[in-house]
Amino acid sequence: MATNGHLVVREFRMSSVHPGPSSAQWALLFSAWLIALVSTLGALFSSEIMGLEPCVLCWYQRIAMFPLALMLGIALLPFDARIVRYALPLALVGAAIAAYHTLLVWGLVPKDLVPCGQGPSCAEVKFELLGFITLPLLSLTAFALIVILLWILKSRNSE
Amino acid sequence: MKKSFIVIGTIVLAAVAFIGGSKLYQQSQTSERADLASSRSANLVRPHSPVFGSESAKVTIVEFLDPACETCGAMAPLVKSLVTASFGQQVRLVVRYAPLHQGSDQIVRILEAARLQGKYWQALEAVLASQSRWASHDNPRPELVWDIVGNVGVDIAQAKADLQNPKITETLRLDREDLVALKVSKTPEFFVNGKPLPKFGPEQLKELVKSEVRLAYGQ
Repeated sequence: MATNGHLVVREFRMSSVHPGPSSAQWALLFSAWLIALVSTLGALFSSEIMGLEPCVLCWYQRIAMFPLALMLGIALLPFDARIVRYALPLALVGAAIAAYHTLLVWGLVPKDLVPCGQGPSCAEVKFELLGFITLPLLSLTAFALIVILLWILKSRNSE
Repeated sequence: MKKSFIVIGTIVLAAVAFIGGSKLYQQSQTSERADLASSRSANLVRPHSPVFGSESAKVTIVEFLDPACETCGAMAPLVKSLVTASFGQQVRLVVRYAPLHQGSDQIVRILEAARLQGKYWQALEAVLASQSRWASHDNPRPELVWDIVGNVGVDIAQAKADLQNPKITETLRLDREDLVALKVSKTPEFFVNGKPLPKFGPEQLKELVKSEVRLAYGQ
């Protein structure tokens, strides 16, 4: 009986911390996770299946994206909106690196500033769709979308 | 909970899409390489290349080889056995060079110099078998290759004199050209009667040779 009573208290506390998510909140987090998941698998496909070797800047973006695919997924099972606090900085850092990388590929950042000593060049375009969609641009889009979705979720949380 | 089913369903779907996409991509790559090899068959076998086995053999293994590549060394006994299994009558090997490691050209020149003395296959086998001595990635010692080829009876003074032979330079130039034409970027790369391996591996090579022998000789 004592154990049962304890469980009831715990459940009560958890539900007071997380009132059930509205379906809009859930959809926001789910969309952010889906983008992170597709980006992660896409990155793995390009390196492991297509054999495109990631450059240094690609690796920094992976370091931000791969954990997002895990963290945001865990935060859906069950729903925990506090993930925004941890995931948003990661997505912002990823977006910043992806923005820098995109500018570099477009030639708007001088090459000699690039921290690529060894391995494949970060400025080289190895994959292009429709003549302008490069991997850094896809990465920037993904990070930006995740930032926007998490930002909206954050503002809804504080309401 | 319905929502957790959506999440788990998405994970399963993503995994299936990833695996299916990989299979499709690999298949399209293999058929693209096969098309490339058949449309550019002149780039696959050149008259200058060393051939192991009988000229009349109906099954030809073309190997793009880098003397410093460990996998080439590891595959060498198998490749040799595929030819010797029929005493070279049904299967022959054509060696093309893919000197992708730094300094590999120099080793290719030494091997080709050994070939001028009729000591090519002994030299190649010895060089590949002793890679651990000279081709270590953090401590390459290509100068040791001279001792290794000397041990199989190559006249070193003569080989050194032949090293810059224009014929050897031309072999290297043509093989490099064909690497680009056939989009070979890794070693070893095998083509059996113009067909690339569906997936890299010793078993796949054995299978492909077997099926080509069956096709050519009806066994």
